[in-house]
This record gives sequence, C-alpha cells and structure tokens, in this order.
Amino acid sequence: MAILDTTGGLDTTAGELHEEHHHGPAKGIGRWLFTTNHKDIGSLYLWFSLLMFLTGGVMALLIRAELFQPGLQLVEPGFFNQMTTMHGLIMVFGAVMPAFVGLANWMIPMMIGAPDMALPRMNNWSFWILPFAFAMLVSTLFMDGGAPNFGWTFYAPLSTTYAPPSVTYFIFAIHIMGASSIMGAINIIATILNMRAPGMTMMKLPLFVWSWLITAFLLIAVMPVLAGVVTMMLMDIHFGTSFFNAAGGGDPVLFQHVFWFFGHPEVYIMILPAFGIISQIIPTFSRKKLFGYASMVYATASIAILSFLVWAHHMFTVGLPLVGELFFMFATMLIAVPTGVKVFNWVATMFRGSLTFETPMLFAIAFVVLFTIGGFSGLMLAIAPVDFQYHDTYFVVAHFHYVLVPGAIFSIMAAVYFWLPKWTGHQLNETLGKLHFWLSFIGVNITFFPMHFIGLAGMPRRIPDYALQFADFNMVASIGAFIFGFSQLLFVWNVIQNVRSGEKASAQVWEGAEGLEWTVDSPAPYHTFSTPPKVD
Amino acid sequence: MSASNMNTQESYYVPAQSSWPILASFAMFLLAFGAGTTINGLSGKADGTFGVVLLLLGVLLMAGILVGWFSHVIHESRAGLYSPQMDRSFRWGMSWFIFSEVMFFAAFFGALFYVRNLAVPWLGGEGDKGVSQMLWPGFTAEWPLMNPPDAEQFAGPRAIVDPWHIPLLNTVLLVSSSFTVTLAHHALLKDKRPQVALWLAATISLGAVFIGFQAYEYVHAYNDLGLTLHAGVYGATFFILTGFHGLHVTLGTLMLIIILLRILKGHFDSKHHFGFEAVAWYWHFVDVVWIGLFLFVYVF
Repeated sequence: MAILDTTGGLDTTAGELHEEHHHGPAKGIGRWLFTTNHKDIGSLYLWFSLLMFLTGGVMALLIRAELFQPGLQLVEPGFFNQMTTMHGLIMVFGAVMPAFVGLANWMIPMMIGAPDMALPRMNNWSFWILPFAFAMLVSTLFMDGGAPNFGWTFYAPLSTTYAPPSVTYFIFAIHIMGASSIMGAINIIATILNMRAPGMTMMKLPLFVWSWLITAFLLIAVMPVLAGVVTMMLMDIHFGTSFFNAAGGGDPVLFQHVFWFFGHPEVYIMILPAFGIISQIIPTFSRKKLFGYASMVYATASIAILSFLVWAHHMFTVGLPLVGELFFMFATMLIAVPTGVKVFNWVATMFRGSLTFETPMLFAIAFVVLFTIGGFSGLMLAIAPVDFQYHDTYFVVAHFHYVLVPGAIFSIMAAVYFWLPKWTGHQLNETLGKLHFWLSFIGVNITFFPMHFIGLAGMPRRIPDYALQFADFNMVASIGAFIFGFSQLLFVWNVIQNVRSGEKASAQVWEGAEGLEWTVDSPAPYHTFSTPPKVD
Repeated sequence: MSASNMNTQESYYVPAQSSWPILASFAMFLLAFGAGTTINGLSGKADGTFGVVLLLLGVLLMAGILVGWFSHVIHESRAGLYSPQMDRSFRWGMSWFIFSEVMFFAAFFGALFYVRNLAVPWLGGEGDKGVSQMLWPGFTAEWPLMNPPDAEQFAGPRAIVDPWHIPLLNTVLLVSSSFTVTLAHHALLKDKRPQVALWLAATISLGAVFIGFQAYEYVHAYNDLGLTLHAGVYGATFFILTGFHGLHVTLGTLMLIIILLRILKGHFDSKHHFGFEAVAWYWHFVDVVWIGLFLFVYVF
C-alpha cells in the first residue's frame, strides 16, 4: 500500500479509512459536511427538504392571505407573481424531490441488503449542491428587479424578453440542481442494479425500490432536457439567438414543447416514489401481501413510458394542430389504465385484511382516496375540448395540488412516520401523529376542494385580485390553507421529539412489517449489511 | 433471514469521509454565480468584473478539485481497493451519464426538427397553423432559413457552411478517431503498451485537428458568411448544436490526454482499465452525435 502514502492532501488515505470504517459516525459538523454514509446523507436530504417545505409553505400562506378577500391588501401584484413562482419552484425542486431522494438514500441500501449506495462520495456531492443552488435561487428575492416572476413553468417570452435580470441566476440555479438530480439518479440506479444481496432478484425487490429505479430513469432522461431549455433561454436573453422568438424564425411554443417534455415526466418523478411508499405501507397495516406485485411493477413502468408521450396536454389551448390535440388527449387518457391498476391493487390489498389505522396507514389511505380525486380531475383536464374552459383556471390549481399535497406530500409524511422508528429507535407518538393527520386531512380538503368550483366558474390562476363572485370560496380556501400550514408545526414537533426521546422501538417496529430493513436493529446501526444477507 | 450487520470484512469498498464533494459543490456555486454575474454584466445589469473574478475562482477551484479527486480515486484503484462489483458500479455510472448527455443533445435536435418542420413552414403559411403567416405576410418559408421574418431584428446569413468541405473532412477525422481509439483498446487488451500510446496519440491529434477546423469554421462563418448567433433561428440551432458538440470534443480530448499520460506512467493493464474504457465510450458518443450533426445540421 506504499502508493497510498503519496495521496495525502484533503482526504485521509485509504489505509486509514479502512481502519475507521467499522466505527460509528465522525464527531461534530464534519460528520455532515464530509459524510459518505447513506443514512447521514438521507437525513441531510430530509432536513433540507423540510426547511424548503416550510419556506415554500410561508410563501403559499402569503399567497392565500392576499387572496383571503378580493382587492389588494398585503402585497404588490409584482411581488405576488414572485411568490407564486418561487413557491412552485421551491416545492417542486426543493421540497418534494429532495424528500424522495432522502428516503431513497435511507431505505434502498437497507431494503436490498447493500452496505451503502454504489457511489458514496458522489452521493454527498449530489446533496451539497442543493443548499448552494437554493441559496442562489432565494437570493434573487433581494436582487434589483426582484425574483423570477414568470411562474414555475417559466414560459417564454415572459421568462426571456420580459424577465427580470435575476432570470440569469435562476437559469444557473436550475443547471446545478439538475446536475445534482442526475448524479443522485445515477447513484440510485447503480445501487439497485449492482448492490442487491445474493438472492434479491429484480422481481423480489420491494416496490419502493422498483418505483425509484423507474423514477431515476425518468430523472436521467429529462433533467438534461430541462438544462437544454434553460440554455436556449439564456442564449435568447443574452446572446441574440431566436429560439423562442418568431421574428427570427423561432417559436415561443417551442419553449412549451421542450419544457413539458421535461415537465410531464417530472410530475411522475414526484408521484412514482409515492406509489412505492404506499405499496410498502398498505400491506404492512393490512397484514397481507401486496395484491398484484407484478402488475404493480408493470403499471409503474407503463406510466413512466407513457409520460414521454403526453406532454402537449399542458398546451391544448396554445394552438396545436388538431391531430396533435387528439393524439395527446387519447395518450393522456391511456394513463388512467395503469394508474387504475395501482389503485385497484391497493384497495384489493386492504380487502379482507386485518387492518389497523396507525398514523402512516391513515396517511396512506388518505393518499389513495385523495390522489384518486386528483387523478379524476386530471382525466377531466385531459379532454381537449373541455380543457379550453379549464385551462389556466383554479381548476388546474386544484388538480395538481390534489396530486401533490395529499398525493406526494402525504406519501412523504406517511413514509417519515413509517420509517422514523427505524431511524431514531423511538416509537412514534401516535396521538400527536393522528392529530397532525386529521388537521392536515381536513385542512387540505378545505383548501383545495373549493378551488375546483372557483376554477370551473372561471377564476384564472396567478392573479392577486379577483372578481367578487369568487370571494366566498377563496376565503374558505385561505382558512383551510392556514389550518393545513400551521398543523405542519405538529409534524415538525413530533419528528424533533422522536429524534430526542421516546419509547424504545423493536427491530420490526410494526407488527405486519416485512423486508430486510425490519431485520436490523432500531435505530439502524451506522453501517448495515457490511456482509450481504442471504435472501431466499 | 437474520440480522447480519456483523463487523466482518466487507467486499464493497465504501470510502469514509471526504472533503472533495462539498468543495466541489462550493466550486459549482462559484461557477454558477460567477457565470450569472458575468453574463448579466454584459448588459450592465450586474458588476461584470466581480462576476469574472468569481467565475475564475470557480474555474481554478474546480480544476484543482478534479485533479485532486481523480488522483485520489486513481490511487485507490491502484491500491486494489476496487472489487469487480465496484467496477460494475463505475460502468453503470458512466453508461447512465452518457445517456443523460444523449438526452441533452436530444433537446437541441428536437428544437431543430420542430423549427424546421413545423414553426418555419407555419410562419410561411403552410400546414395546419399556416394562419401564423398573418404576422409577417411577406415571409417565405425555407430551410436553411436565409431570410428571417423580421429582417431588421435578425438579418439572415448571407450563406451557410458548405457541408462538403470542412464538415466532411471533420466527419472523416472523427470517424477515424473512433477507429484509432478502438485500436488502442485492442492493443491494451494484448498489453502492447507502446502501441496503445501511439494510437491514443493519434486519436488525440485527430480530435485536436477537428477542434481546430471547427474554430476556423466559426471564424469563417462570422466573418465571411454572416452566419452568427443573431442570424435568426438557423444560426441559433447551428451554433448551439455544433457549439455544445465542440465543447464535448474538447472535454473528450482532455480526457484522452489524461489517459495517455496514465498509460505513459504505467497505469492500466489488459484486465483493469475501466478509466480507459469510460473515455473511449465517451469518445464514441461524441462521434455518434457528430454523425447526427453532419446529417441534419450541415447536409439536409
């Protein structure tokens, strides 16, 4: 090992590392800055996501406070636009995606019997890019001309010709968070394909792992396309090109095509891991095997493939050729088939199960019901001729918040409650958890259900003021938003309390839990499966 | 299935704490913030000098990190810490990275096809959305687009690059370089090291000449043909596709130079040379992208 003596520098040499390896975590802040441990990195992702969730949540409450009554009370219209934009960007890229990556980091190696992620140093890099990227994005709020104000979909020419100067920083923030996502996804795929314990065949993989394998593929396929579209914006803004400018022969609609080629798979990136989580939780608390395992895998893969063929359903009113409208309408409706398979399987798993309703299960059941509502409103939006009425109204806002809040966010909370005892070694405070669940459940529905009505009645999205006939439902929605928002503090409190203390949890934690992760102690040791387990 | 987290010798090398990644994240931040400030400085919307300073610091730091991090990995590899399973992780990693690059170029090719086959014909009054012609009634659709709709904002190119001169030559150069890098690989498999170095050097030279020709072509396009970034959407698609390809060839050439230096230092043998293979894969990838460019940007 003489050669190692020459490395020196910033890293400890590999020889020393080998010694250190069997010890626990390093001391102090260095543990978190330099860690290569999948559990540490998972925790970093999850805490970061929580911070972003609260930041984006404050912005949402500002929006709802302004919309509590018609007229302009609290903020300038320009600032309102910055809030809707930043709320969307922060929630999508800062809260939901990192939370799922954090869960993947924590759970995938334990679920497949691997000692760690396949590429541990790159794993650390994927995480630490994010705080820098979001610091840059949030700093635009304090720049001349304000933060990006063109909506999270940043359509040209709003985001090019008419954009504030801070758009340049927005573009570079997207670039580096995209790099983070791609590296994270590569790591997850390499881990799943290469690090499984002997006997853990693909069709034995827990569904959370399967759903992440497919999600990671989607990420690698579409994050570069997002990089491409923001690069074209940068060129149009600063270097005189005309990709999105018809005066030079380009087309602003081209922006929408490229963006949604990324954007539609992106929305599945935010829901497929949720499907995986729900498919872990429902069998546990039904004390039954998941109904239709193989069909779940195929349904997830079908949804992923279809996600590349439906992007223009976001653009029905932009002036597509008729054949395009028809193709994208039917392709979109086709997604209802595999999604229906999944919902059917979850319900069939619960059927005649011996059900109990612990906090994770409550969130999971709420997910199935409320996500399905979001799915149905999606089906309504898929019908091109009626979308002409719904487009850019609060109906769309209601739709995607139903799939993202009681969909993606509920699944993340279900996952945290489900696996928290495994992470901390402390049993969950069920009373607090259930209180959080019921307040969230009620709050979320009071917030978003009325938006269907005001949307169908014609209230456009992204406006700070509105006509009087929308006043009542807006007030209801705002009250719901504050109930939902403040009840999340219970979640934060519950998690912090659980980290600090609590009744000792057993290895299995939940009576019906099955899988490798439930065979290791709670809390899970710093290094698990240094020697791969045998899976029969 | 029993708990099996015993402290036994692991087969997979899990590196301990490392400071490279967070330094690299900071360097990335400097690069991104510096680039943003520099670019905004161009139009006086930010302090450009400050931007350039940040950008340069970012470049230096990132270059240092790349050298340090890769050296560290190379030392670990040569110390025999990497098992065949680790090797497979690297292979999956590089394969999916190249796939992500394919998708990056796909976005620009998609833009090119959309503009050529839909947007420009519609502006010229053809097809389903021919009503767009009402914007510029005198506009005639053509490709390459020599006369953009608004000639005052975007004066079109006077001429375009002739595909049968430099681009054809460049095609020959890059395709040959794919062969030479394969010959180098075959020589390595037989442990014929002098030949490996020779064929690698040939590949690098071909890549360097390619880059030189591309640079010459850009100067020619700007000075003689009026083919610029401002020349309407033909210029936009031309430069974004060839430009990013050129950057990738440059990066690939740098990577090949590192591999050559490692060969000369005595690294790699017929069994262990994934670093070599990864660079060769990357090189084939830029070659394939070039074929697409030659056909759809230059010829058709």
